[in-house]
Amino acid sequence: MTTRMIEVGYPVPRFDARAKVTGEEKFAIDYSREGMLWAGARRAGLAHGVIRSIDISQAAALPGVYAVLTRRDVPGTNRQGIILKDQPVLAGRKVRHCGDPVALVLAEDRDVLEKALGLIAVDLEPLEGVFDPEDGLRPDAPLVHESGNLLHKAVIKVGDARKALGECDVVIEDSFEVPAQEHAFLETENGLAWQEEGGRITMVVSTQAPFRDRFEIAHALGLDVEAIRVVSPCLGGGFGGKDGATVQCLLALAALRAGGRPVRMLWRREESFSAGYKRHPVRMRYRVGAMRDGALHSIDCRLIYDTGPYAHLGVEVMALGMEHACGPYRVPNTLVEGLCVYTNNPISGAMRGFGVCQASFGIESMMDQLASKLGMSRLDIRLKNALRRGDRNGAGVTLVHSTGIVPCLEALGGHRLWKQSAKWKSEAGPYKKRGVGIAAVSNAIGYGRGLPDSAIARVDLTKEGKIRIYSSVADMGQGNSNAFVQIAGQILRQDGSRLEIIQPDTDLAHPSGSSSAGRTTYTYGNALIKACEDLREKLVHRATLLLMLDEPAGLVLLPGKVKHLPSGEEVPFELLGRVLSETDRIAVKEFVMPVAQDNVDSAKEFKLGFPHVLFSYAAHLVYVEIDELTGKIDVKEYLAVTEGGRVINPASFDQQVHGAIAQGLGYGLMEEVLTERGKILNPDFTNYIIPTSLDIPDITSVCVETEESTGPFGMKGIGEVGTNAPLPAIAGGVEDALGRRIRRSPLTAASVLAAPGGKGATG
Amino acid sequence: MKISFYLNGKDTCVDVPADRKLVSVLREDLELTGTKEGCGAGECGACTILVDGHVRLSCLMTAAQAQGRRITTIEGLAENGKVHPVQEAFIENGAVQCGFCTPGMVLAAVDLLDRNPDPTREQIREGLSGNLCRCSGYVKIVDAVEAAAGKIGRGKSR
Ligand code: FES
Ligand code: FES
Repeated sequence: MTTRMIEVGYPVPRFDARAKVTGEEKFAIDYSREGMLWAGARRAGLAHGVIRSIDISQAAALPGVYAVLTRRDVPGTNRQGIILKDQPVLAGRKVRHCGDPVALVLAEDRDVLEKALGLIAVDLEPLEGVFDPEDGLRPDAPLVHESGNLLHKAVIKVGDARKALGECDVVIEDSFEVPAQEHAFLETENGLAWQEEGGRITMVVSTQAPFRDRFEIAHALGLDVEAIRVVSPCLGGGFGGKDGATVQCLLALAALRAGGRPVRMLWRREESFSAGYKRHPVRMRYRVGAMRDGALHSIDCRLIYDTGPYAHLGVEVMALGMEHACGPYRVPNTLVEGLCVYTNNPISGAMRGFGVCQASFGIESMMDQLASKLGMSRLDIRLKNALRRGDRNGAGVTLVHSTGIVPCLEALGGHRLWKQSAKWKSEAGPYKKRGVGIAAVSNAIGYGRGLPDSAIARVDLTKEGKIRIYSSVADMGQGNSNAFVQIAGQILRQDGSRLEIIQPDTDLAHPSGSSSAGRTTYTYGNALIKACEDLREKLVHRATLLLMLDEPAGLVLLPGKVKHLPSGEEVPFELLGRVLSETDRIAVKEFVMPVAQDNVDSAKEFKLGFPHVLFSYAAHLVYVEIDELTGKIDVKEYLAVTEGGRVINPASFDQQVHGAIAQGLGYGLMEEVLTERGKILNPDFTNYIIPTSLDIPDITSVCVETEESTGPFGMKGIGEVGTNAPLPAIAGGVEDALGRRIRRSPLTAASVLAAPGGKGATG
Repeated sequence: MKISFYLNGKDTCVDVPADRKLVSVLREDLELTGTKEGCGAGECGACTILVDGHVRLSCLMTAAQAQGRRITTIEGLAENGKVHPVQEAFIENGAVQCGFCTPGMVLAAVDLLDRNPDPTREQIREGLSGNLCRCSGYVKIVDAVEAAAGKIGRGKSR
């Protein structure tokens, strides 16, 4: 690393960038070990069926096959799942989606593995399936689980929304629908595991939750949590899709049966599509009522989440979506109903924007329509209702923390792109139509109530005199590790050459929850500040001793040393590293996130994940141009104004904003996991198209800084909020251009051509 | 089958089945894991390498096709411990996030600047359109390539 001073608030180049541009950085996928076996799962290929028999004899007899395992070989409960454990490691009795694993093969190499998987004969008796969540709620619907297809039902209620609708000057009603989105991280789910002498399992895996993984594996396979060590190197993308077990339980099972040999499991791209998690498809119905002056008075809505065959984080995703269903607005009366339904579609789970992406499309589309109905500008109606600190939000929580949606909207309104929008629209060329859309969004930070959101940071002075941070929250690319290095550099006043960071290893670091929920830097960063302060104090005190001073006054940390300014005497870190005992060189501190204190008396159905008290905010603006002949939608300009407290690294901040928008534009314009009877029709990048460099315009990212007094150096997480706005902003822009609203995403050329441009205003 | 090629400045010989994927030869047999595999089907660009100086997808090549070629992987780009100007620009311009697309992206940019030393942003976008990145939204990657073009240009005119 460089000898540049590492401080907070500057666009310090990421410490991991050098290793990543030279190819030295090792992702889980890059680990291998002598004598390694390859493990792979035979997938069901059928969305719903009873397993009559599985014939493994041919596969087992194939030269190079080490073992073939089925349900019978799984010790323990065979059940995985983050909260509700309803997902089998290996399906034994029935299969509930095409990606369910029914057998696990261990082979000498990849070619043999593929061949063996094809030789397993699975006899399935097809069952009628549930492919639409509303069908699944009918009394005569086939059952995905015997407990019934309704995984969860909840209501958030403030005031009396239905009665209040009768008091409104205007009421509008509409429905929206969004399909599943694929995470499409470039590094597919994978890991390497082996059993140490004595039986302990070590696993190097691409995961967002190394500490929780141990519990999942232990529960599923009947192991002791302490008998599992999880190491999580930098991830080649995660976005929520690696939060929860992917390869972990299968891989641990393989390692148990590999006679001490290391085993690697790597999902092919198609397998990642069929077995991996997706963003929930959601159907929404909204009724929104307002007064003549534009003030929102009542929102009554219902959201139906298709969670696929297993709970995963479905209930929590829905909870967060419901919590944001009324947008970043002040609404005195709200009724938000949510239904989370099991189907035989692919498994839905966590994805950046976590349920909020979907709801933002609903509420923001309603706000646009309300503006036209009332003859107000889209910006004014949002500003009129935007939450301010001290307000209660749509879930009944009082916003006592930084609340920056008003400054975001004001900055958007003051930007040239907003001011010039009418002019730009009037300059459309022949056969082109232009429109401008905006969206205002928020995204909660942290786990919410029901589970302490805490992190434990560890920072050491090494024997060699370096400062080493033991991160315990995975870095999936968002740059939290870099923020940690900056925090340590700032507090301990060190340059890059003195700082090191170790990626999560459950044997070395302390449990700090998952890398998710916009909490990663906030929670661990707060703990790290305390740990660094503790270490600083230790180093100063020990230097006092070594220099035989009366008191620590006058001692400061400088790069690589503690210096006594009055005398100019120095104690190099190398010396401190040598003379201090190991326990004296370690600082460990914990931080617990604040929770909402209001007595929110609805949505008691949520045991955890509701409500939240900390939010980040954003206001986006998009220029779209539509080709009337082809229907193609081009994004010409994109402005994102984001509020996330103070900024630790402006470059990382923009990286997160850009990346979130790119995923949001993909969601808005092209991405949809297509299924037929639960089978994915586009399980590869040839048919599931994600944005390329030609699809994303240059993005203008504006930061509105506030001070979040509970955040590390005043920051809040902003990784997710930016994903929520592109879809509603595009939908608004397209409506502005065509005079007609499209209510289902993605908005493609086909949907534009099906929505002929008319002058008629929308309902 | 014995296959010889010139890899990152060194004569290299491997004994592998002729139809083995070149990406596997590089990553598994030669342990050059800087080359990534994201799809195995020619769609993502993570496996990009330079063959005789031109961008090729190593997941679509067989070992036999490497015979006699000059191959550069990301590990071979730095010279005497000094990173290539494109690599430097990626670091300085925040073009690296998870980093999984980065090796392929860097090599694609090197080839692009070889063919067109002074590209417009649009030409950069076109030149990199075969390399998917799920993290960045490409903006800073385009910035980096623009910056590298400037630097290389100045270096040459000196
Ligand atoms: S791995 Fe070669 S293009 Fe994706
Ligand atoms: S940086 Fe993650 S895919 Fe490009």
